[in-house]
Amino acid sequence: MTIEPKETIDAVDSVVSQVALWPEGSDGSELAVDRPVVCEFTNTWYSYGGAEPAVEDVSFPVRQGDFAAILGPNGSGKTTLLRLALGLLKPTRGSVELFGESSARFRDWSRVGYVPQRVDGIGTRFPATVEEIVEQGLYRGLDPLAIFRKHGRKEVLEALDVAGISHLRQRPIESLSVGQRQRALIARAIVGQPDLLFLDEPVSGVDAVGRDRFHELISSLNRDHGMTVFLISHDIGAVMQGASVCACINRTVVFHGPPHRITGEHLSELYGFPVDVLLHDALHEHR
Amino acid sequence: MVAILAPSFGLFIVLRRLSLIADTLSHVALMGVAIGFVTSIYPTFVALIATTSSAAGIEQLRSRGKLPGDAALAIFLYSSLAIAVIVISKSSGFNADLFGYLFGTVLSINDRDLWLIGILLVVVILFVASFYAELTQSAFDQDLAHVSGVRVTAMNLALAILTGATVTASMRVVGVLMVGALIVIPVLAALRLARGFRTALLLAIGFGLLSVWVGLTVAFYADLAAGGAIVLTTVVMLALAEVIGRIRDYMSARRGAETDD
Repeated sequence: MTIEPKETIDAVDSVVSQVALWPEGSDGSELAVDRPVVCEFTNTWYSYGGAEPAVEDVSFPVRQGDFAAILGPNGSGKTTLLRLALGLLKPTRGSVELFGESSARFRDWSRVGYVPQRVDGIGTRFPATVEEIVEQGLYRGLDPLAIFRKHGRKEVLEALDVAGISHLRQRPIESLSVGQRQRALIARAIVGQPDLLFLDEPVSGVDAVGRDRFHELISSLNRDHGMTVFLISHDIGAVMQGASVCACINRTVVFHGPPHRITGEHLSELYGFPVDVLLHDALHEHR
Repeated sequence: MVAILAPSFGLFIVLRRLSLIADTLSHVALMGVAIGFVTSIYPTFVALIATTSSAAGIEQLRSRGKLPGDAALAIFLYSSLAIAVIVISKSSGFNADLFGYLFGTVLSINDRDLWLIGILLVVVILFVASFYAELTQSAFDQDLAHVSGVRVTAMNLALAILTGATVTASMRVVGVLMVGALIVIPVLAALRLARGFRTALLLAIGFGLLSVWVGLTVAFYADLAAGGAIVLTTVVMLALAEVIGRIRDYMSARRGAETDD
């Protein structure tokens, strides 16, 4: 199913409508509207137990092949959006669809991969090797013989290789560093060759080198493996270079469009302080 | 039989950080036994009904997010204990039998109980074997399991209900007061040593079997209370596992230091 751009624009505020008309661009990175929508928020609202809404009237599509980056300050509702998309939360109002089906009723989970944000808490005191965790990503419904399955399946070895952690295959998951654990969970998410990959980038625990390698890996999954990526990120600079489309969220959509159209104004609105310097650097690298 | 039953389930319970559910359900079982005696219905059977339905109730309260998991457990633990106390005080004449349920009567277990435990064992083994992937996934992380396509809510409910059944079966062996030990301690020992998940499951069952066997032997020849002997054996195993684990850590640290040079 496809959505006319007009409908999307109606849903967001006027700041967005100026840039979301996605006019002809010069560098070919404009948003294509002909590719099918794989994940879509339509006037989505969510509030935790009657409190102020964490997500307010959010509408935007993610199209097949996109590298969609979601930016926003802490507490802006980014992770809530992700949980809504995964059907872990039900929207208070509006809808969230995965492959054209309401995410709460969606069952075809083999098409979706997920890497959570808090990887440091996951796998602590859990007796499993990296390989056993990655194998979980191959789950395809009831398998009474799963307990007898041999280790060392081809898909698992490949996924470990792509994630760059083949050497950690036999290690207990709890002995890994945060960066390594994140890679193990990426391998787990991609082992089943999903069409759509959701990632929630960790705020801390990974150093600058690790962060760069993380963004390289995600870009390559998008570019070389054809996976649609939905990445929640805090790293504006990295996102400017890798992403094909950005959604800036501060409870509601502040900006949605190709990353080079983000202006300092949008980011000031987003983070509440001027971020021109940072932005200019990133844009110079980009061009 | 119980030796296999308790730890194989215990692994998933401990990993879900629900260790105290066993303790709670054992008090619910006591209530069931008391009611069973008063109404002269087969007590183990009443206990089975009570534990499985309470387990389902606890799981509902927990998953709806109405109450924190431990608060839900506390409510069930104390209300069932209170009912048990009232029922027991109102009636008299079965103190000796009740004592057996409290502390375990494995050496004088009857045929009917053996059958019930046997059936439970088959059900639990089939369940763990066929839902191994689902159980492992939801023990690892509930959100990730959901996105993998596991029906997490149904899995949690099934696990809770069968935990209830396991508690009832184990109660006959080590008694209401010590059921939790048989479910949790062999698992802790296995977790100290195992690196992989399958190894942990097998080790937990192994420790369980060994504890019951050693405990019973000691109890029989030294004329001790069987339940107590079994639970103490599990504790000794845990201590041994800790010692072995430390030696192994020390060895690998030394090996690591040597390769660094």
